[in-house]
Amino acid sequence: MIQPAKPDLVTVNIDGKEIAVPKGTNVIEAARLVNVDVPHYCYHPKLAVVGNCRMCLIEMGMPAVDPATKAPVMDPATGKQKINWIPRPQIGCGTTVSPGLHVKTTSPMVKDAREGVMEFLLINHPLDCPICDQAGECKLQEQATGYGRGYSRFIEQKNVKPKRTQLGPRVTLDDERCVLCSRCIRFSKDIAKEDVLGFVDRGSYSTLTCHPDRKLDHNYSLNTVDICPVGALTSTDFRFKMRVWFLKQTNSICTESSVGVNSVVWSREGVIYRITPRRNDEVNDTWMPDSGRILYKQVQSAERLKAVESLEALVAKAASIFKTSAGAISVVGSGRSSVEEQFLTKKLAAALGAQAHLVKRAGEGDKLLISADRNPNVRGALVTGLISQLPCAELKQLSGEIDSGKVKTVVAINEDLLAAGLTAAQLAKISVVYLGTHANATSLAAKVVLPTLTVFEKAGTFVNQQFRIQKFAQAVPGLTGAHNDLTVLSALTAAAGGAALPSEVGTLWPVIATETPALATMLYKNIPETGLLLDATPWAGLSFVEGETLHFKPAAPVAATV
Amino acid sequence: MAVIQVERKPLSFAERTYIPQIIGGLKTTFKHLLKPPVTLQYPEQRPEISKNYRGVPTLVKDPNGREKCVSCQLCEFVCPPKAIRITPGEIPEDSPNAHVERAPQAFDIDMLRCIYCGLCQEVCPEEAIWLQNQFSLSGYTRAEMVNHKDKLYELGGTLPDAHFKWDKKKAAEEHGNEH
Repeated sequence: MIQPAKPDLVTVNIDGKEIAVPKGTNVIEAARLVNVDVPHYCYHPKLAVVGNCRMCLIEMGMPAVDPATKAPVMDPATGKQKINWIPRPQIGCGTTVSPGLHVKTTSPMVKDAREGVMEFLLINHPLDCPICDQAGECKLQEQATGYGRGYSRFIEQKNVKPKRTQLGPRVTLDDERCVLCSRCIRFSKDIAKEDVLGFVDRGSYSTLTCHPDRKLDHNYSLNTVDICPVGALTSTDFRFKMRVWFLKQTNSICTESSVGVNSVVWSREGVIYRITPRRNDEVNDTWMPDSGRILYKQVQSAERLKAVESLEALVAKAASIFKTSAGAISVVGSGRSSVEEQFLTKKLAAALGAQAHLVKRAGEGDKLLISADRNPNVRGALVTGLISQLPCAELKQLSGEIDSGKVKTVVAINEDLLAAGLTAAQLAKISVVYLGTHANATSLAAKVVLPTLTVFEKAGTFVNQQFRIQKFAQAVPGLTGAHNDLTVLSALTAAAGGAALPSEVGTLWPVIATETPALATMLYKNIPETGLLLDATPWAGLSFVEGETLHFKPAAPVAATV
Repeated sequence: MAVIQVERKPLSFAERTYIPQIIGGLKTTFKHLLKPPVTLQYPEQRPEISKNYRGVPTLVKDPNGREKCVSCQLCEFVCPPKAIRITPGEIPEDSPNAHVERAPQAFDIDMLRCIYCGLCQEVCPEEAIWLQNQFSLSGYTRAEMVNHKDKLYELGGTLPDAHFKWDKKKAAEEHGNEH
């Protein structure tokens, strides 16, 4: 029975299955809801519909009505309303649903149409899957297998087109593989607002080219590689590095800025090979900046800190420093630490009787997916109560306290104090206990260095600019000689005389939930993969530095960036 | 079950002397003495290996000396005991084979893991890996039992190529389109 549809819903029939879908949905998306696959190349849910690949051809029809009386025409054989099928196939991407629309995706006409399109696409395709980086995640491979004829009738010479063209610093183009879907062109024009790509020549000689005087070098160029359904656009960084079928996918969050781009980390045997965006319609759609994709290189960096001594010995050293300078300690937390780490930082600061500071890291936003606040988790520090005011530039208060001799020891958590605004002279005056991943001026000057893990080697949560709490998982095992930040922080808290706290995300969360009003009733495992919006009203009075980005509008007037 | 008692036949005189049996046995012995031997003096003499024998997996080059493997890693994927390990690499632009684009940087087959199943040969889209006729393999250490790329090409040698698909590709590239 057809259920009476809600006003904004339209009931359609796809392969005999009735479904109510929102108005304006196209047939591909409607079919997806009833688990019917309509193959396509040029259609992308986040790009304009052009309908030039012709792969999504379907057969459609409308219930018949008498032209004069508008009364339904019944089919005496079935007793149901007759369907007037359109004699030629239609494209699914460009067809929006209308009430009573009937769609066939498995009829002989559709099968013929798909086989024909596949055959035309494969005529000039080089079929070099063994050397193609897209193999394994290639729509042409999948759909040739699923909907193709299975053999070739083409005996003529294939077209020759430019191969190994460097479109920009990060993208390599193989024109022979291109199926002319124009996704990359639409992305560059509509999303990245850099209209540098286009087709030249006609017919089967059509070639994707970059504007002769320009390069595909904007900070979103690698998204064209992601959306390329075939292996025409490949990432120069990932080119020939590893086959995708060996790679393990781990959901992660990009730490580049407070946008909190959802990402997938692709690794094999503890080595990360690439980072790609993960679809989140509320945060980043399906896009990601190029600059966030190379952050994985920090994991294998030669600058990584490694401990020779055991964690116990290092914590004991830190404890003796804490004892000698009791009452004159300050903690510099980080907006790049996870919510869990910031919670433990707060506990550590409380146990030491120290004041917690946060380092401000402001840049320029690009109005798309990089915000002005380059700390991914300043709001996490507000939510956990590590700080109550937004971090001020250059640690002014701390540097004043060091000059006056009020602070003799600083616990720095993954923050280079010199880069944050302190001077070398000030650094020499104090004892520094440094927790961090990479060597820098502060780690060199520190009395005790506790090596910790990068974001790819641990699990946790970040709170992005929308006050959306998003979780990231551990992609690769931690470096030998480095310890999880939570382990180190809870050991330091215990050494400073605080209560023993769990050092694992799962067991720590019940403690966080009971002590943090904004996170009450939440657990790490209950946070959905697309994140959870927190109530931001307690912090509505603060003037955050972020400007407008994709899916985000600042609520309060924007403060001047420093 | 019922037990049936069978009466043993008494032996005849000739049978009791054993002489006919000894003569019969010696007849067989002398018959084989004059025939050519069926055994081989291994390892000096080596058996003839059939063409479809699955020996040690090797990498081969085409008659022009181009390494056929393009490091697509399908053999690494299909290998049931995970004996194959490939580090893919890019062919430099100045090489005559630059149009092939990919070649293995490193190609290791752990012969302590290999089970000689031949799936790597079956899956190879470039006909680059062949299980040839080497069957005896030994070493003093585990490391010695890992065949690296150089050893694999040394074992594999050159195989005739019926397709020369990459040469045709290069010729087409140089010829260009007719328009």
